[in-house]
Amino acid sequence: MTFEPKIVGFLCNWCSYTGADLAGTSRIKYSPNIRSIRVMCSGRIEPTFIVKALYEGADGVLIAGCHPGDCHYQEGNYKALRRYRMLRMILPGFGIEPERVRLEWVAASEGERFANVVDEFTDQIRDLGPLKVRDSLERILSEDAIPELEEAMEESGDANEA
Amino acid sequence: MAVRIGVYICHCGTNIAGKVDIDEVVEFARGLENVSLVKDYKFMCSDPGQALLQKDVEDGLIDRVVVASCSPLMHENTFRKATERGGLNPYLFTMANIREQCSWVHLDGAETTDKAKDLIAAAVRRAFLLEPLTKREVPINPRTLVIGGGIAGIQAALDLAEAGKQVVLVEREPSIGGHMAKFDKTFPTLDCSACILTPRMVSVGQHPNIELMTYSEIEEVGGYVGNFNVTVRKKARYVDEQLCNGCGACWEKCPGTRVPRKGNVHEKLSLGPTTSIYMPFMQAVPAIPVIDAQTCLYLKDDQHKCGLCAKECERDAINYDMEDESVEFEVGNIIIASGFQTFDPSVIKRYGYDRLDNVITALQFEIMNCASGSTGGKIQKADGSEPEAIGIVHCVGSRDENYHEYCSRVCCMYSLKYSHLIKEKTNAEVYQFYIDMRCFGKGYEEFYDRLLTEDVRFVRGKVAEVTDVAMNEAEEGKLIVRVEDTLLGSVRRIPLDMVILSTGLEAHHSLKDVANKCNVSVGSDGFIIEKHPKLGPVATATDGVFLAGACQSPKDIPDTVAQASAASSAVLSMITREKIEIEAATAEVNEDKCSGCKLCNTLCPYLAVKFDEEKGVSVVNEALCKGCGTCVAGCPSGAISAKHFEDRQIFAEIEGIFSGLEYKTVSKPKG
Repeated sequence: MTFEPKIVGFLCNWCSYTGADLAGTSRIKYSPNIRSIRVMCSGRIEPTFIVKALYEGADGVLIAGCHPGDCHYQEGNYKALRRYRMLRMILPGFGIEPERVRLEWVAASEGERFANVVDEFTDQIRDLGPLKVRDSLERILSEDAIPELEEAMEESGDANEA
Repeated sequence: MAVRIGVYICHCGTNIAGKVDIDEVVEFARGLENVSLVKDYKFMCSDPGQALLQKDVEDGLIDRVVVASCSPLMHENTFRKATERGGLNPYLFTMANIREQCSWVHLDGAETTDKAKDLIAAAVRRAFLLEPLTKREVPINPRTLVIGGGIAGIQAALDLAEAGKQVVLVEREPSIGGHMAKFDKTFPTLDCSACILTPRMVSVGQHPNIELMTYSEIEEVGGYVGNFNVTVRKKARYVDEQLCNGCGACWEKCPGTRVPRKGNVHEKLSLGPTTSIYMPFMQAVPAIPVIDAQTCLYLKDDQHKCGLCAKECERDAINYDMEDESVEFEVGNIIIASGFQTFDPSVIKRYGYDRLDNVITALQFEIMNCASGSTGGKIQKADGSEPEAIGIVHCVGSRDENYHEYCSRVCCMYSLKYSHLIKEKTNAEVYQFYIDMRCFGKGYEEFYDRLLTEDVRFVRGKVAEVTDVAMNEAEEGKLIVRVEDTLLGSVRRIPLDMVILSTGLEAHHSLKDVANKCNVSVGSDGFIIEKHPKLGPVATATDGVFLAGACQSPKDIPDTVAQASAASSAVLSMITREKIEIEAATAEVNEDKCSGCKLCNTLCPYLAVKFDEEKGVSVVNEALCKGCGTCVAGCPSGAISAKHFEDRQIFAEIEGIFSGLEYKTVSKPKG
């Protein structure tokens, strides 16, 4: 059986959730791997939400907000972008590929684009394979594995510098 | 006390039930923690569906409600109200979107049912942690802002003003009237456009309830439904509106040239005077000229040569020192009626606009045909002679995947109107090059039938090229239209004297900016997105902002007027209510946790979070907060919470999604 990733989507109410709804009303088909959570603005999305989703079992997290300049709350999407960039810098330190978290701008009129983004992201995560972050965290944190932890940290540090 | 959650699963006919195994989902929901009853029904949004839920709440069987059906954007309000009628706080209800984001987008199979289960599990976990919220009521300012003074804005403003309500009408051009003021005749009745429009323009100018601001643009819109703060920039007109009486002495003497005096007939086309101080057209409202600072000899540089108009003006109305002015005011509702612009055909090189004389746009033809225009209503070639053969090319920029995919709706009809007018005024042959004739309105098909008897040549085919390269003697000195006549099944070359490009309607270049300021979105076609394409065509996703006319999509005059009246009646129903409930889901600061770092103060785009110097903590002004949650996500102490979108509620949703997996975490309610 092939690996089917679980993906959590955080969608802003005004653009991306509406765009996802439009994909529905237009009956555009896309992979069923995503489960979306609606927030009012992408600026509401805290890095902890993403980490929580990964910890609970998500193999990938999609954040979607209004296009730059289109935010219903003027500039929440820019804040989302900054937090996203910051989070992506931190993820390798925990052995999580930053590609597992993706930010996309999806407008209320872009139902087809939403479907394409989900399909493409699902394929990408399927290629990356399962995350099982809780397994690895628990293993790393168990006493025996401390040298392994240090090694992992060094590696990710190198990766960041490169 | 234990929480008792009721879960209602909607079949939506076969929309959901066709893809999702309802029985399996019901069984699954029964097994979820804190769920005390699960019901499924064919249409939850129907009266009996709502009654089902309402009764269970009334009977005290449940104290949290989850409806798994369509998108919350569709029916959240419906079920919130049903919950409230049952006697429960409406915020103790939540939805699982198993239609738009599940059954409609996935194939028939176990994955779709699995996804529905996960979404319901997420909603149930969320419901467990929901808190009752109190809606706020705010008064509605009875004054309305209408943006745009074309026929849409005029109609909307007059409707409201006649009902005794105050209106501020803001128009970017020096006069109201919009595109309609440029037309001589309107299809299909061939009414004189000026005769039906001018009286309305005058009424707007004179109405005691309408404050008219022409040559002005929206600079900023703040606030929220019922209480918008608007800043308008009144551009410098250099003519004092209070003093000027529109006598015209100024432009008669003005040596400046706004429209070139040399050049061919088509280059010189103008409705009003061609001087630098000018009236846009003679029936302008307000009947006050404006100076074009770019070409005015006094204003264009520091030399200040000229000054003739100031000398001529008996009332000293000319003021060269006038500057742009910002005006602020408050309104309760906004109607956007900012109109359209016509497609610029110079990007379609093969049609030769900008390159070939005698290739003109529809709007140029309108001005040429207008009795008060520079040709006095005569249809002339660039050299001033009368054309003997004219071609009208349909769908320029419309129904074309390279430019605009949509049909502009008015071009077929105005092209027919041109044929009639040309036949009436000249002896020219008229060719219509069309893809399909779309004559959908009242009296439109009849007008088409009439034109079929007026000796107009109809050629079905999309024009490939307009060229001046002759291939034989008959084509010498002519414009040649190359077109595949799809009814004859052959390619034809038709020599003509003049070609009119029936340019489509597109979103005005400033529409996106206006939409942004009013907090509404534009679609991929550039027009503003309405609340619902069928059931909410005049409202938008932003409460208190309504649409009229071609800012929503291309429209003819009757549809525009109808929508404008619909928008004004929607506004009237808001005003008559006097008060409106606004979203209770705002941010809230826990003063015990707040460290007073003030980070949130800078994050809020609405300046709703202010620092309380006395208490040393930040405080949210609920009237200004729109509930975006940016401050919540940014608070380093976790002191701010977003009501209805609390961290723990979102965490619970995430946990719900994965509750089927081997890991399980359960967030606990407060206290």
